[in-house]
Amino acid sequence: MKLADNKLFKQYVLGFVLSLILTMAAYVLVAGTELRGTPLYLSLGGLALVQMLVQLVYFLHVAEEARPRWRLLSLVFMTIILLIIVVGTLWIMHHLNYNMMEMSNEAKHDYMMEQKDKGF
Amino acid sequence: MSAAAQKFLNDKTHLGFWIYLMTDCMLFASLFATFVVLRNATAGGPSGDEIFQLPVALAETLILLTSSFTCGLALVALKQKNMRHLLGWLAATYVLGVAFLTIELTEFAMMVEEGHGWQESAFLSAFFVLVGTHGLHILVGLVWLLVLVCVVVQRGLTAKATRQLGLFALFWHFLDLVWIFIFTVVYLMGVAS
Repeated sequence: MKLADNKLFKQYVLGFVLSLILTMAAYVLVAGTELRGTPLYLSLGGLALVQMLVQLVYFLHVAEEARPRWRLLSLVFMTIILLIIVVGTLWIMHHLNYNMMEMSNEAKHDYMMEQKDKGF
Repeated sequence: MSAAAQKFLNDKTHLGFWIYLMTDCMLFASLFATFVVLRNATAGGPSGDEIFQLPVALAETLILLTSSFTCGLALVALKQKNMRHLLGWLAATYVLGVAFLTIELTEFAMMVEEGHGWQESAFLSAFFVLVGTHGLHILVGLVWLLVLVCVVVQRGLTAKATRQLGLFALFWHFLDLVWIFIFTVVYLMGVAS
């Protein structure tokens, strides 16, 4: 069988090319454009998620598993736990006054001093 | 061992290794969560955009991606029982992996030399632990690959070696997957903030 006709080979080439395009797109978004803040974070996150799907399908072959799909099932379960850990952590820490992630050190210091004067 | 028994063993070890990878994902998830929470806790030290060199991080990303690709090509050669191509692609995977690790360690060494080690701020601690844990996985993968290549050269493509090469490929692709998120969350978002 010729290499170019090999299904597995085609999958790897396709996955590699798509990953390259997605990586370069993310890089250009940061290095080549003025896009900043939430729109940039959302686009970067989106590109990373798409690349994750590409690699899961073309490199890790999750779609081709025979039934019962234990690997896919454990992947879904892991994703749920992962989201609970990450989203839960960020949500809680975001709301804690002592861990004000969006403030600079000076702003944090001023805020703490202000709170101290109020007497908490 | 009969073909059916062989297939059963393959599927079983494959699933077991996959479940290990899933638990490893949870380890990385907690490290990512820690890093994102602490990313602005620079304690007067440098922030991400002052110390990260984006072109270097991009080079690391491309090297690891190519390494993942050549590892896939090794698997294609394995399916075709082409020993020469298999060893060639595994060698390419190994060289690219070593190149990745060398660049990463050089980056770490430069940061420490400039006084921006892990003890400087919570941000840097989280950075070194997250990226370092990934680097440690790469190192383990490289040692594993070396052992596998020695086994294949000495004993040929036995059923056991074939199975383990499949598991190694899974591990290597998984590490590339984790790196996509390190590149995005740590480097790209770190420089852009």
